[in-house]
Amino acid sequence: MFFRENGQFKSTYRADMQLLPIVQDRYFMLGLIAVALVAVPFVATDYLFLSIINPFLILTLAAIGLNLLVGYCGQISIGHAAFMAWGAYAAYNLVQRVPMLNFLVVLVLAGLIAALVGMFFGIPSLRIKGLYLAVATLAAQFFTDWIFARVKWFTNYAHSGSVSTAPVTLFGWTLDTPRDKYLFLLGVLIVFTLIAKNLTRGHLGRAWMATRDMDVAAEVIGIRPVYAKLTAFGVSSFYCGVAGALWGFLQLGSWEPLAFDLNLSFSLLFMIIIGGMGSILGSYLGAAFIVVLPIALNQVPRKMGMPLSTAMASNVEFMIFGSLIVLFLVLEPHGLARLWAIGKEKLRLWPFPH
Amino acid sequence: MASIPVQAEPRASVERDAPASRHRVGPVILAVEHVSLRFGGVKAISDVSFEVREHEVLAIIGPNGAGKSSMLNVINGVYQPQQGAIRFRDRTFDLMTPHRAASMGIARTFQNLALFKGMTVVDNIMTGRNLRMKAGILAQALRVGPAEREEIRHREAVERIIDFLEIQAHRKTPVGRLPYGLQKRVDLGRALASEPDVLLLDEPMAGMNVEEKQDMCRFVLDVNEQYGTTIVLIEHDMSVVMDISDRVVVLDYGRKISDGTPDQVRHDKAVIDAYLGTTH
Amino acid sequence: MSIPRYAPVAILGLLLAAGLVAPLATGETAPGFWVEVLIGGLMTGVLYSLVALGFVLIFKASGVFNFAQGAMVLFAALAVARLAERMPVWAAVLATVAIMVVLAFIVERIVLRPLVNQEGVVLLMATLGITFFLNGFGQAVWGSDIYEINLGIPREPMMVLGKVFDGGVLVNRDDIAAALAAVLLVGALALFFRHTATGRALRAVADDHQAAQSIGIPLNRIWVIVWSVAGIVAIVGGVIWGGKLGVQFSISQVALKALPVVILGGFESVPGAIVGGLIIGVGEKMAEVFLAPPLVKAFDLAGGGIENWFAYVLALLFLLVRPEGLFGERRIDRV
Repeated sequence: MFFRENGQFKSTYRADMQLLPIVQDRYFMLGLIAVALVAVPFVATDYLFLSIINPFLILTLAAIGLNLLVGYCGQISIGHAAFMAWGAYAAYNLVQRVPMLNFLVVLVLAGLIAALVGMFFGIPSLRIKGLYLAVATLAAQFFTDWIFARVKWFTNYAHSGSVSTAPVTLFGWTLDTPRDKYLFLLGVLIVFTLIAKNLTRGHLGRAWMATRDMDVAAEVIGIRPVYAKLTAFGVSSFYCGVAGALWGFLQLGSWEPLAFDLNLSFSLLFMIIIGGMGSILGSYLGAAFIVVLPIALNQVPRKMGMPLSTAMASNVEFMIFGSLIVLFLVLEPHGLARLWAIGKEKLRLWPFPH
Repeated sequence: MASIPVQAEPRASVERDAPASRHRVGPVILAVEHVSLRFGGVKAISDVSFEVREHEVLAIIGPNGAGKSSMLNVINGVYQPQQGAIRFRDRTFDLMTPHRAASMGIARTFQNLALFKGMTVVDNIMTGRNLRMKAGILAQALRVGPAEREEIRHREAVERIIDFLEIQAHRKTPVGRLPYGLQKRVDLGRALASEPDVLLLDEPMAGMNVEEKQDMCRFVLDVNEQYGTTIVLIEHDMSVVMDISDRVVVLDYGRKISDGTPDQVRHDKAVIDAYLGTTH
Repeated sequence: MSIPRYAPVAILGLLLAAGLVAPLATGETAPGFWVEVLIGGLMTGVLYSLVALGFVLIFKASGVFNFAQGAMVLFAALAVARLAERMPVWAAVLATVAIMVVLAFIVERIVLRPLVNQEGVVLLMATLGITFFLNGFGQAVWGSDIYEINLGIPREPMMVLGKVFDGGVLVNRDDIAAALAAVLLVGALALFFRHTATGRALRAVADDHQAAQSIGIPLNRIWVIVWSVAGIVAIVGGVIWGGKLGVQFSISQVALKALPVVILGGFESVPGAIVGGLIIGVGEKMAEVFLAPPLVKAFDLAGGGIENWFAYVLALLFLLVRPEGLFGERRIDRV
């Protein structure tokens, strides 16, 4: 009875096409943002920021990036953490070699570099798809692992490819506490989410989805597959590049190539499978799930008096991930986002059954 | 091209006036010249040539496997023939690509629908406008004035098509959930969205009952009469073919065996020998 | 003049062949050493082929690309290694066969049957889920240390061809055993497919699911059989890998290399899996031994490690010139 659209008529196309057409949704979103901006910084502890909230924000950004490629455009990529690596190392090199650059500029440039690399490795998608493309994207992953470990120029001739960064300063504001980093990351994520929403609403997003659903028909309509696929790779890698730079500078502080290895790629993929492919909300839900689960696996058995050893916890984590992937693919291939949408449908009717 | 009126036409029956009262048939707009198509060892089309005149309705008929769908695929560049060329207006193309066909004003529907199942009706038809939408990535990302206005403009065009096809109630439904007949209409709408000069219809009435066929015939004829769109359609229902087409091309085993008005074709011995379904 | 279709593949092949003989041509390498590296590469290739065989089997019969093949190899190896601590090796192997059959049942029931009509990408991701589950489960049950499988093969390498090459060529005995095992396995599989009713049924299913169903072939049972056979292939691979490297988690990662193998060979071809494995094995060994040092010197790299990506880049190049693989069939999409 609270969540009804009755009486909300749209008299212009602009009103019909807006991001949150239902008034209740708009209030909810404003409330959420208010809580995030005002309440959370005062309530949350440093530990929460470091272990849960900040990683969640950065990984959501990366998950949105991967979702644009896999969920919206239908091109599979199982080596996507490679583009996070490119973003991180690009940002590192820019900060080292061009120190006067504003950090926002560094982020954008790092993203652009990652986008170019992404488009290059996306070229195979013009000829192959499905599992063949999956194997090709593995080439991106392993080649990237290798290049940052071996080509010393990228890491400023550091030992074994590991680099460290100083705290980021932006317009006189130094981001050295978890709270500061949180506010910055929140701002970045909000902006990037809006951009992703706009892209998927526009004709580029429709071109992506058409390519995903039926690429021959899309071509017949006049959508160039080259354009659709390479822009998908490019935008997706841009997002992941920025996320990688943020991960390196604001979360890890110092890192080595293994920080962006195949396991991270799989984690990203799981985020969007569990969260929901083809859904921005799904990226949020999936990232939250992947970040919270290991911590829950650590804390819950301990609180119940049966602590798991680290090795066992990691094994159980694998088992749970694996079973959930299969479970979601069988029961709800559109992931948590669809469950959320179903929940909203029921809420629309509540308290009536149908 | 005339613009669609906002109100749909009142229901009309399939029986229509004699061809003389329709849009005057113009010069040749599309020609297929000595096209041969092979898949490995299978010859799908052998040395077929025919012409399509502007504003007319041309039907391609023939038994199953005669190469009709392949012919449409060659015309709009999905298949590349080993021999032959397509002539559109005054330009001859040895190599036609789907993108080139689409940008020149050739649109088509598909036998198996080929709709974008993950999108709503509005979005499906909006994809048909893609060639005309020019806003760049950055403009779309920030949804600044010109990008937003362009979306609205094209949404208006799509809504006119939705009115024309009488599917307003379903505009926000994912197409996968619609019944088959309505999905066929969306397929037609998507093809119409690009405001084509030539419309290729691959069995638009397949799988429909009598009422649905009447509706679809009405839409096809309205498109031809109001916009002057040239129609090339593949159809099995002989009554439809004989009623609405100006000319008929008959294919059998990849070869053209007859070409003329419906009456001429109906009495052509070669066609009778090869195949002639009885009117239902 | 139109370029014949096989030209790009031929060019790629010529480049690879040139790279292969280059070390000999420059005169800086002792021929004996070159042969040793070659044989080492062939042996590694055989191991990759063993894993790839499992992929090919499952893909042929069910159209599913089994990402979990590597995890199955590890799981089988773990089972054999740990069970062999309490019983003779042959008994451990038999017990593991039973375990793999049970696993096949479970996978068919829980994963394959519900997802039977989904597209390939969904099934691929489901097998990714199985991979993670198996890795976690296997190590939870059997432990995550490094375990040994003792097959009774002497460890010292043999010296062969002492008269042909100066100093002879060192060959590991367990590599020879692996090659023999692979040959026997392929032979057994070939006989199975050709001369048994079940084998014929499998080929029918691989060709056309619906047609096979309509003549009464029980699809579900076939899939259980196929996954069991793939499980047995995984046991062979696991025992050999495990005997050589010790049974540890990294085996399932190494098994990822089998993916480029099936790309080279063609997803549905048993000979392709063998040939592809040999090419990848030789290619990456040769690249690591002969190509890496000049690269390191030229670009001032921090060490080699080319073999981590060589296979994948080679597969990528192959995908661009011959996506169906050396022995695969071209697929035409009808609209």
